[in-house]
Amino acid sequence: MGKVMLEVRELTTKYVTRFREDVYAVDHVSLSIEEGKSLGIAGESGCGKSTLALSLMGYYFPPLHYMSGEIIVDGKNISGLDPDTVRKKVLGTDVAYIPQAAMNALNPTRKISAFIQDVILAHDPKANKKDIRDMAEKRFEELHLPKEALDKHAVELSGGMKQRVVIAVSTILSPKVLIADEPSSALDVTSQKVVIKMLRDMMDRGFIRSMIFITHELPLLYNVTDDIMVMYAGQIVERGSAKEMVFDPVHPYSRGLMRSILVPEDGTRNNKLIAIPGTPPNLKHPPEGCRFAERCKYAMPSCRYNSMPIIDFAPGRQYRCGHSVSHLREVYASEE
Amino acid sequence: MQVKNEDIIMQANKETPTVSLDRRHDVSKNPLCLSGKGVTREFHAGGTHTIAVNNVDFEFREGELVSIVGESGSGKTTLSKMLLGLLQPTSGDIYFRGKKRDISSGRKKKEYWKNIQAIFQDPFSSFNVFNKIDTVLLDCINMTGGKNLPADKKVELMTEACSFVNLKFAELTNKYPFELSGGQMQRLMIARIFLLKPKILLADEPTSMIDACSRATILDMLLNLRDEIGMTVIFITHDIGLAYYISDTVYIMEHGKFVEHGSADEVILTPKAPYTKRLISDVPKIHEPWDLSTVSGSAE
Amino acid sequence: MKNTVRQVFHSSKFVVGFVIFVAILLLIILYPLFFPGNPLEMIGVGTFAKPGTYVSLYDGINTETETLKLPGAADKRLDSVLKREDRIKMVAYLSAVGADIEGLDYMDTEALMELWRANYDETARPSGMTKAERNYYKRLNASLSSMGSSGQMTVTEHDSSGEEQVVATIGTEDYVNVSDVANTKNLVLGTDNFGRDVLKELVSAAGTSIVIGLIAGAVATAIGLLLGLLSGYLGGFVDDIIMFVTNIFTVIPGFVLLILISYSLGQDKRGAAIVALVIGLTSWTWTARSVRSQVISLRNRDHVNLSRLSGHSLWRILMTDILPYIASYVVMAFILQVSSGILAEAQLSLLGLGPKTTEVPTLGLMMNWAMLYSAHLNGSWWAYFPVILMITLISFSLNLMNTGLDQVFNPTLRD
Repeated sequence: MGKVMLEVRELTTKYVTRFREDVYAVDHVSLSIEEGKSLGIAGESGCGKSTLALSLMGYYFPPLHYMSGEIIVDGKNISGLDPDTVRKKVLGTDVAYIPQAAMNALNPTRKISAFIQDVILAHDPKANKKDIRDMAEKRFEELHLPKEALDKHAVELSGGMKQRVVIAVSTILSPKVLIADEPSSALDVTSQKVVIKMLRDMMDRGFIRSMIFITHELPLLYNVTDDIMVMYAGQIVERGSAKEMVFDPVHPYSRGLMRSILVPEDGTRNNKLIAIPGTPPNLKHPPEGCRFAERCKYAMPSCRYNSMPIIDFAPGRQYRCGHSVSHLREVYASEE
Repeated sequence: MQVKNEDIIMQANKETPTVSLDRRHDVSKNPLCLSGKGVTREFHAGGTHTIAVNNVDFEFREGELVSIVGESGSGKTTLSKMLLGLLQPTSGDIYFRGKKRDISSGRKKKEYWKNIQAIFQDPFSSFNVFNKIDTVLLDCINMTGGKNLPADKKVELMTEACSFVNLKFAELTNKYPFELSGGQMQRLMIARIFLLKPKILLADEPTSMIDACSRATILDMLLNLRDEIGMTVIFITHDIGLAYYISDTVYIMEHGKFVEHGSADEVILTPKAPYTKRLISDVPKIHEPWDLSTVSGSAE
Repeated sequence: MKNTVRQVFHSSKFVVGFVIFVAILLLIILYPLFFPGNPLEMIGVGTFAKPGTYVSLYDGINTETETLKLPGAADKRLDSVLKREDRIKMVAYLSAVGADIEGLDYMDTEALMELWRANYDETARPSGMTKAERNYYKRLNASLSSMGSSGQMTVTEHDSSGEEQVVATIGTEDYVNVSDVANTKNLVLGTDNFGRDVLKELVSAAGTSIVIGLIAGAVATAIGLLLGLLSGYLGGFVDDIIMFVTNIFTVIPGFVLLILISYSLGQDKRGAAIVALVIGLTSWTWTARSVRSQVISLRNRDHVNLSRLSGHSLWRILMTDILPYIASYVVMAFILQVSSGILAEAQLSLLGLGPKTTEVPTLGLMMNWAMLYSAHLNGSWWAYFPVILMITLISFSLNLMNTGLDQVFNPTLRD
């Protein structure tokens, strides 16, 4: 077993809406990632996966508020620190974050090298420009990025290149955890593949020591991360290795999700897809019991009232359901 | 305004349906519905000149489900606007049922638009937020000559259309579309098409903003609708996997040109054009390995 | 809709602006009900009567008197009669005769009089003082001492035969009750150069100016909205033509155009409504431009495309699919147009190109009159300051409402 790079214990964060209502978008989430491993987070829009990504940085600003729980990066607790400390001491070195539209977040009037300087100077105000330049050039070379890009403005780069440059810039300090929220969703498939290859490469070289990858594209997640976690209505409903999750999901919701995958591969065309009716619950007033019960085909009356803990049922596998794993597997088998 | 999910109880059966999207039809003998020869559209803006759609030919038959697959910037949106008659081609001709399409005047456009309808990508921008759902559906009945029907007959028609997409009309009256979820709105769009019964439906990425769990339902309803009305469906998408599941025919578009077309199996399982090959190899898969070595690190 | 209205009234900026504006409207509506009359009636023969209550002296004489022995009444009387020049002269005399004027405040009547009484000597001949000056001090002293004592005044009247008849004898301690006097007039803001009641005129002028602003705003918004909708939605050739016209109007400064049109119309034809119309006709350009850009962003929205596919007419699409989306914006533009219409009228009138002066007062005209008769030079602040305040309040309240609406309708500005 490798060293645990990121451990999250019972993290709860909330949004406060314009109408002063609390939305608990991340509700008692616990997870851990070992060094050199990556974890994918899947779920429909509004399930809290992007909020989780933001919350994991330890950097909170309204309307997002930290409520309880711990975020431990390589033995160091970063939850509950004041935003300024987080910005100076945590972001970049411990945790790096790449949002979906990262490539459009670059100030168009500045050169790429200026952003690298910003990142490094935020942590080491004494760093000299020559060293920074050398460091940036070395890193760009290792990542097969053209060195000329350093002296360009963001608008001069193509979409895929821009995104790769953004990733290179934000990971220049070799963070312990990289949180990538849909980093390739706005790109065409070829650029997406290049970005993924670069991320893999960075993992192999130790430029990032663990990664959380968030996307709604399940086939992509399957190919990128070691483990997959499915979120529903602010909670984790299942976790397992990528292969287990895609081919042997246990929770009725993850099964529905995995059985909605459409891939252009021979013989998959007449696959039976699962459609789950209904909509996720409103997180302003989450249901008491299992949050999925309202839409679940297999829900028992008790599912609606009993709060549902997350249960370990096999090495590295967890689920949150009132039925036993063997019962669920039997039911699924009988349906095929 | 605040959306109350609780108010909309639309999941009648708890039965999780399994859906097969594999409903191919042999349409090769059907007469032509919409076809084009040398269709080109150029744009001039601020001194730059772009050819969004470059000399494309196509033949869509009646009852055919044809997917036009292309990535962003391939010109598929411009092409779909031209097919809809919202945009005129710079050159080339589009033929509707064998006759050259004439949309040179407002009256002729309206005549053409009786035959074609659309479902767009973003359900939230597809509805006029100031109109109630009743208004949306009533409008469809009025448009198809049902203006003078008795009120109860109209309600009957609307109820039928809603139940076709598994919505309850009684629960939708006096509601605004934005009180529904994205999936429900898209289903309402299908209900609209059910009432309008056009010859051609252009579906522009209708599921790309919909959650995976609802996507199968929407596609299923769309396929049901196609069988019900027997219309031609032109499905615009960037998702080649989706196109593979639902289409009879697939057209692959790159930089304003069709690089390949043929039956879905032909094009996707045995691609011939280099672009199609690359596209298919670059899409992440789950059964076959996704080979990262095919891209070079510095490739663009 | 209800929700939107509620949200609007949650914005404190809007509420403050709204309250000020409604207060002004109430004043405009209610004031004439309580104090009817023509606001342009010249009640004063002189110019610029000070603000205050005017009591008819004539009637006062015939009013029953009460004798009141009020302490300090004589000093007060002195106080009001002693002019500044007299006081300075008195100090000069006192210093000439060598009185101790150290620390004396010449505006302090009591101290001054005490010193004066102690030191004035009719017979003294301070060195360097001419005879004329000595005579001046004699007269001054005589009038001062008569004021201090409890004297009497006789009022006479020529009767029909021309004989003088004593009507009344008024003592220094005779008082009349103001409410017993048949004719009094409270001129809160005094009178203007033509002797007209400024307050009544101001209320009426504010009303007229708001009407002018509303007409100008409505005309400008209507033209701008129509042209913006058409050019934004239709695009192409129509857009080119409309934008060409709009650009011409933008390039020629609107105010110059306004001046030229107003001048060429001539004083006789310029009623308030015509001026409002002219202002409206020259200020629609920015509404047209901004409506156009809003419509362009809406034109390709899916619901508009679907509406076109449904074969709806141009008019119907504009009215049901586009206009409601920009309605809040148009309302805001209208409010700003009203505000700038009022200011434009004031500017025009100040230049003497406002509505003709014989029909109704406007805020601009009042400013114009005050300036022509040098109210700002002779210290008659009441003739122009309340007008400035009124213009400021109206335009402040309108702009505040606009900002409040902007915050509600424009989510990016929300905090």
